[in-house]
Amino acid sequence: MRRFSLSRFLAILTKEFIQMLRDRTTFAMMIGIPVMQLLLFGYAINTDPHHLPTRAEINDDGPLARAIIAGMETSDYFRFLGPVSGEREAEAALSSGEASFVIVIPPGFERDVIRGARPEILIAADASDPTAVGSAVGALSGIVERAIAQTLTGPLAVAEAAPGPFSVVVHRKYNPERRTSLNIVPGLLAIILAMTMTAITSVAIVREVERGTMETLISTPARPLEVMMGKILPYVLVGYIETVLFLIAAMTLFSVPFTGDLAAFLAGFNIYIVINLAIGFMVSTVARTQMQAMQISFFTILPTILLSGFIFPFAGMPGWAQAIGSVLPATHFLRIVRKVMLKFGDFAAIRQDLAALAVIAVIVTILSLLRYRRTLD
Amino acid sequence: MSGAAGTEPATPRAEDGPAISVRGLTKRFGTRVAVDHVDMDVPKGVIYGFLGPNGSGKTTTIRMMCGLLTPDEGGGRTLGHDIRTESDRIKEKIGYMPQRFSLYGDLTVRENLRFMARMYRVRNVREVVERTMAEHGLDRFADQLADTLSGGWKQRLSLAACLLHAPRLLLLDEPTAGVDPKARVDFWEEIRHQGRRGITSLVSTHYMDEAIQCDYIAYIFRGQLLITGKAHEIPRQVGLHTWWVTGPDLETLEKRLRALPGIEQVVRFGNRLHVSGSDAARLDAVAREEAAHGTHTWEQRETGLEDVFIYLMSRNGSEDADGLPRGPAPAGGTG
Ligand SMILES: Nc1ncnc2c1ncn2[C@@H]1O[C@H](COP(=O)(O)OP(=O)(O)O)[C@@H](O)[C@H]1O
Ligand SMILES: [Mg+2]
Repeated sequence: MRRFSLSRFLAILTKEFIQMLRDRTTFAMMIGIPVMQLLLFGYAINTDPHHLPTRAEINDDGPLARAIIAGMETSDYFRFLGPVSGEREAEAALSSGEASFVIVIPPGFERDVIRGARPEILIAADASDPTAVGSAVGALSGIVERAIAQTLTGPLAVAEAAPGPFSVVVHRKYNPERRTSLNIVPGLLAIILAMTMTAITSVAIVREVERGTMETLISTPARPLEVMMGKILPYVLVGYIETVLFLIAAMTLFSVPFTGDLAAFLAGFNIYIVINLAIGFMVSTVARTQMQAMQISFFTILPTILLSGFIFPFAGMPGWAQAIGSVLPATHFLRIVRKVMLKFGDFAAIRQDLAALAVIAVIVTILSLLRYRRTLD
Repeated sequence: MSGAAGTEPATPRAEDGPAISVRGLTKRFGTRVAVDHVDMDVPKGVIYGFLGPNGSGKTTTIRMMCGLLTPDEGGGRTLGHDIRTESDRIKEKIGYMPQRFSLYGDLTVRENLRFMARMYRVRNVREVVERTMAEHGLDRFADQLADTLSGGWKQRLSLAACLLHAPRLLLLDEPTAGVDPKARVDFWEEIRHQGRRGITSLVSTHYMDEAIQCDYIAYIFRGQLLITGKAHEIPRQVGLHTWWVTGPDLETLEKRLRALPGIEQVVRFGNRLHVSGSDAARLDAVAREEAAHGTHTWEQRETGLEDVFIYLMSRNGSEDADGLPRGPAPAGGTG
């Protein structure tokens, strides 16, 4: 008699789906909030990564270096402002903001390429926009490769066969933490999910209380777990859809790469979804109206935005703020997303944050099951 | 089954005990006592009317009987199951219709019924739902959203929803509140129909004229049961005697009669007065005297349930017993 009933669970699930599809507010919230946030945060911070002012310190006078300069002059990505002479001038160009990049071609560059000695080209970058830096490396590599292909023909072409005839070294200045859109956009996923999942779930449950249908639901023999899972699973699906849309947008609109292990990402993602739905469930036990549920949900988002490392670098926060931050699920999910998307993260890399999420999930789920009222008391 | 026979005095088995039996049922909300030591026995197979004005504690009592609210004091059994500890078993066996329409307005009639059928794990859901809709005339609204139904049809839908799993006991909380008179008549017909099939119904209502529909009556006022019993025995139980008076200028007469000894209650029902008292001899003396000398017609009558309720209420401290809704005048009122 006490067993979980699949048919009751499915009945609640089906009902919830029908209601979700018929309710325009929920639907708008599901799609509207993520799109709005992504555009707002993504575009407000992501400057146009084209025609970035660039100077060059050229310590090699050969045809290859000249071809590289020519390539930069015609490139879309760089706006070549002419050469600088010496490190101090380069420094001045960056610190004044006159140039975003100074490219340093070392002495004997051409000779070393031909010898296969893999000379280094240095990009000194104003790294306040890491997206820009990342793309700069790619753009410069292309230009140099083309210059090599054009210049070193005939007997010199042998060098081409060697793998990676040169390397690009990035020297970041001013923002070694690389905290901006490249970080903001993946971090945004944590915020968007927390906001929509909590709000949608709590509203869906409070609606039952407000409209009096909760009395019917409680008067049936349904078990708490059936009700909770039946009501929550549709929104797990919503979380999946939102995330897929988000990832597509992040990769196409903001050229955020996905470098790490998808399975590791999914592990963190699923736990994170469960946590937020359970929090939504708890919000619903406090709120009396759908409006209140919405407000409380958004209120719980504030500390998440401020203390999770989404806006302020976590390492730079005072101890008490870090303490609060480390019990917030978003803090850990944020790290997982950043590590997996940007830093080639796999399970080993996110192990700690995954464990923290799992602990939070267990606690939150138990709390919300305890808060479920079988009676109207 | 029960090895502990003898340790508990006469634990009723579901088959032979009363449908509902509660003792000392009490519920407080803050300092307010919503239900105050209520004892009630609902025999099997009867229509049990649970009457009382709004706010008197009917809903709270019914919710405790279903296991939806935990009593602060007292307890009891519904279909043989303890209302404190076995609410799961009770929920499976009863049909509960909440006072407020509590199905999903954004689901269609058919979707609502299928949902409820599945919640009770009814077999052959589709078949049962289609048959139930046909039986209750809901089939023509099958694909309509429940919110778009009229009040009367919503009530029918709610009733149909709690009949899907063929419960033996119905707890209906003000099923006729706010619906039109025709729908009320139909509703009571449906409850009697269920009664003929052996289904017990506990029906709460604040319409006193609906008392005549019931086999048994319990009257609750300010959380306390003032009287319970078989409907036709209640007037005798209270010992109230009544005369009906018709004639001109009832207002003046009403005032004058109130001052007379032996007359404890004068209530106006449309174009007649009901004059009641508990001392039959004194009341009869006054009545005969008045009938002989006045211009009005006096008739000795059986005391009606409504007279009893008003009498009980005023005796228990309500000044405005007359202000309570009485529903349309009883059938005999036009004579
Ligand atoms: N959940 C509650 N919280 C506080 N007071 C309540 C609650 N439910 C009912 N009451 C109070 O208890 C009393 C009885 O209410 P109720 O059982 O609904 O009466 P009825 O159904 O006869 O109209 C009323 O005074 C009402 O205000
Ligand atoms: Mg009520």
